[in-house]
Amino acid sequence: MSILKNVGYWLGLPILLILIWYFATLGDVSTFVPRPLPLWEKFASVWLGENILTDVVPSLGRLVLGLATSIVLGIVLGVLIGSIRAARWLSEPLLEFLRAIPSTIMIPVLLLIIGMNDQMRITVIVLGCLWPVLLNTITGVRSIDEVLSNSAKVYGIRGWKRVWHLVLPGASPSIMAGVRQSLAVGLILMVVSEMFASANGIGTLITNFQNRVAVPEMWSGVLLLGIVGVLLSAILALIQKGVLKWYDGLKAASHGN
Amino acid sequence: MATDTNGIRSIRGDVRLHVENLSKTYHGRAGAVEAVRSLTFDLHQGEFACLVGPSGSGKTTLLKMISGLLEPTGGIVALDGKRVQGPAKGLAVVFQEYARSLFPWMTVEANVELPLKTAGVPKAERKARVLEALNDVSLGHALKSYPWQLSGGMQQRVAIARAVASRPTVLLMDEPFAAVDAQTRGELEDLVRKVWREHDMTILFITHDIDESVYLGSRVIVLSSSPTVIQDDIAVDLPDERDQISTRALPRFAELRTQVYEEVQFAKTNAGGARVERAA
Repeated sequence: MSILKNVGYWLGLPILLILIWYFATLGDVSTFVPRPLPLWEKFASVWLGENILTDVVPSLGRLVLGLATSIVLGIVLGVLIGSIRAARWLSEPLLEFLRAIPSTIMIPVLLLIIGMNDQMRITVIVLGCLWPVLLNTITGVRSIDEVLSNSAKVYGIRGWKRVWHLVLPGASPSIMAGVRQSLAVGLILMVVSEMFASANGIGTLITNFQNRVAVPEMWSGVLLLGIVGVLLSAILALIQKGVLKWYDGLKAASHGN
Repeated sequence: MATDTNGIRSIRGDVRLHVENLSKTYHGRAGAVEAVRSLTFDLHQGEFACLVGPSGSGKTTLLKMISGLLEPTGGIVALDGKRVQGPAKGLAVVFQEYARSLFPWMTVEANVELPLKTAGVPKAERKARVLEALNDVSLGHALKSYPWQLSGGMQQRVAIARAVASRPTVLLMDEPFAAVDAQTRGELEDLVRKVWREHDMTILFITHDIDESVYLGSRVIVLSSSPTVIQDDIAVDLPDERDQISTRALPRFAELRTQVYEEVQFAKTNAGGARVERAA
């Protein structure tokens, strides 16, 4: 029953919108306006054929690699900066400056320095995705409860054990919030980095369609990116449900449940 | 100094906790604030000492210094003859804020086990000690629960089990029952007495509740107002077998309670000096 309810919740409004869209565009002939059925046909022929291997998979590969690097780097640096007062004091102004730079502006710079390759595109993703994870990790580490921290100290839990048993789990709700933000930023940067200079990828293909004024194909690319975004956040939600099981329970319990 | 007036030292053997001329002065923007002036007392093996004092008498500052969480300005804390500098092996603490002292991402079992794991206790012994400690506090059935699934009193029992399982030289308790309801409080008091007797523990119990200090302790140490000194040190000569109803009904309980009450009342106005004489 609850599964049915969930499916209805997720699909109800989209189906309704597609129906409205279908009837509203029945008589329309403008080439710039997409229509549901032709769009779906294009989507299948453009993205579910061999392009899935030559463009979609490389794009997603770069995104996953960039995200993974950002998460690992962000957590490691965040735990260090968050735990050491001197490191925080030293790095704070620099971090404020660096995070204010839109990472897309680094694409021309990185093109010159690194060249037109995957390393450049992954670097762009990392430069954008690192900050949400890093800053949220610092906040998470700093906000660990004092009594809990004292309990750990009293029982001799220090060094690596402290990081593993106290700091990381204590900061995990904040870290997960950072990862969620990074995901959205990463998807944008993945496409943008491919629009500039690339031999393959979803962004490259969409730009090619634009150059050829292949409007339905372009729209199918937009649809693909939407689907990728939804799938990624669904995967993240699943991971989060596992990692933050205790946190959800704690919240529910303290709300008098 | 009001120590050693009742012969406890000569009867009981080893000194577990030695506190000598302990002082703490906070230096803030508004200048220096003397919180603790000078404290000297010994805790012997098997003693159950309750520290009472008016609010703001530096009880928490004292606890933090003894547990190595706060560096004293002067004086010595020694555990089993070894000077305490930073959190020491052999000390366990039960905090007032039970909901914030257990790891919410770990099960009850993992919470009790973690200090033992950190201390390098072998797995089989670890499991046995965790189970024993949780059975001591009647929570043997809640191994796999998370702390937030339990009531406040049960959570504090887990914290007590964690402390007991680590087999501390001295167990410090910082107003552990101040945040639970009255009925649970009575149960927890009896539980701590039971665990104390069964394991021959040495306990320093901080409280602001006069009844509780007399009911629980074998000794009550009364602190003055800040800057804190020890105002009096009273031996509780009630029978070891205590009961919430009959013990609290004893004439001697009422006498002791009155005595401590008067001392605390006096302490409210008395800062920085020990009482020279007191009514018998």
